[in-house]
Amino acid sequence: MSEIFAYGFMQRAFLAALLVGVLCPTISFFVVLKRLSFLGAGISHTALGGIAIGLAAGLDPVFTGGIFAVGTAMSTGHISRLGKISEDTVIGIFYASGMALGIALISTFKGYYPELFSLLFGNILAVSRGDLQVMAAALVAIMIFVVLFFKELLAICFDEEMAVAGGLPVGPLYMGLLAAIGLTVMVSIQLVGVVLVAALIVIPGATAYRLSSNYRSMLAYSLVFGLAGSLGGLFISYYYPVPPGAAIVLILAALFALTVAGKYIMEKHF
Amino acid sequence: MQEVIKADNLTVMLGGKTVLEDISFSALQGELTGVIGPNGAGKTTLLRAALGLVPIQKGLLTVFGSRGLNLKEARPGIGYMPQRQSFERRFPLSAADVVATGLLSPRTLLRRVPEKGRKVEKALHSVGMEGFSHRSFQSLSGGEQQRILLARALARRPGLLLLDEPNTGLDFPAQQSFVKLLQELKEKERLSIILVSHDLVSIAPSADKLLCINRTMHIHGHPAEVLRSPHLDEAYRCQFDFLSTGSGIERCRH
Repeated sequence: MSEIFAYGFMQRAFLAALLVGVLCPTISFFVVLKRLSFLGAGISHTALGGIAIGLAAGLDPVFTGGIFAVGTAMSTGHISRLGKISEDTVIGIFYASGMALGIALISTFKGYYPELFSLLFGNILAVSRGDLQVMAAALVAIMIFVVLFFKELLAICFDEEMAVAGGLPVGPLYMGLLAAIGLTVMVSIQLVGVVLVAALIVIPGATAYRLSSNYRSMLAYSLVFGLAGSLGGLFISYYYPVPPGAAIVLILAALFALTVAGKYIMEKHF
Repeated sequence: MQEVIKADNLTVMLGGKTVLEDISFSALQGELTGVIGPNGAGKTTLLRAALGLVPIQKGLLTVFGSRGLNLKEARPGIGYMPQRQSFERRFPLSAADVVATGLLSPRTLLRRVPEKGRKVEKALHSVGMEGFSHRSFQSLSGGEQQRILLARALARRPGLLLLDEPNTGLDFPAQQSFVKLLQELKEKERLSIILVSHDLVSIAPSADKLLCINRTMHIHGHPAEVLRSPHLDEAYRCQFDFLSTGSGIERCRH
């Protein structure tokens, strides 16, 4: 087993899996409690537009995709809060428009862009030292935000109307949460790609939610599932011919299915 | 008795539509005021106006001496219980966690809530749920959840309690028990309570005063007076027949 860690690219891949394996389940906890799963899927697909712009302009596609992801998340929150258009409608429009922009730009590219396929389907084995630094910085920034405002974010997720009436700065905190989701999508794209990244910020929290009657255990389970998925997927992809991104998502999906089935059996027979 | 809230010709517009027009009333300390009216009458907007959450177009609304743009300053003295659909019932919180969310305010940002445990226990005790602090909120019955949400509204020890349709979805015994609890709180804590409901039968026997609104004020006064008034039929746009006994109103057909 130690042979896995003999390669520099595998060491970086495991570090990336560890960082994203902590970041995504933490954000997933809030995504599930605030029912923002569709937003997660929407902003990851919108990022394709930003990635295509980056490739066309010769900029770092992760950076431009990230700007798109964070911008989409915050714009969705802002527009839906004006009260004229519902959140899911706004996400639906951004989702399709971002993808359309990406497809339109990509169709004009001449030649082969290997990084485009890495970003679409993920390539954790290509993670560089600089990528790891970006991931670590995002993790630290998001963790500081979450730790400082945890009780307020939890109250907003539970009952936003009451949080507003209590005088909490619900608007800025909600926008901060959306920016954190966008940032998480940005750094996770390298792990599993645009197509699959929504799974990382939805499944750990959704699985933990089914098992928990209090938020502390939900957060703990979410972290366990997130790390099991990201590290487990990497191990599997080393020994079997499965791309790491797909292996990570399949493990998470299997854990969710097992949890649902296990809970059903427990409730039915015990 | 001290006047806690007073509205003078209050007019509220939302999205270009007049939701409340020329509403005038006052509520005193230790008084339970029922706000009745059909769906869409502007009852919830009246409570939101008292919290400073909606802009006032015309007229005056004074809460604990604060008015206009300063209404937000009165919030620490107000306990609010929004409608049941405002929260997720399967949310993984304990009863004590739910009550503790009522203690959060701009003052508790970036710091611990002082004496949180004691305040939560006291609020739970005041609604008769002292043994429930570690129970999961999602495992409680509808009536028990309502009591926990009432404890959350009481956690800050408010002088004014705003309750928005608290009886919705509860069976009749649970409704009776909840209204009885409000009566006890009103008398013991000298709380001023404004209780919004579209179900006037559940609210009328316990209210000191009733306001019947449907965008504008149709009638207000003592419950017996309001229920006999032809303005009630006008507000609800239907005919009411009440069967009254010595103990109050027992049944309503419409």
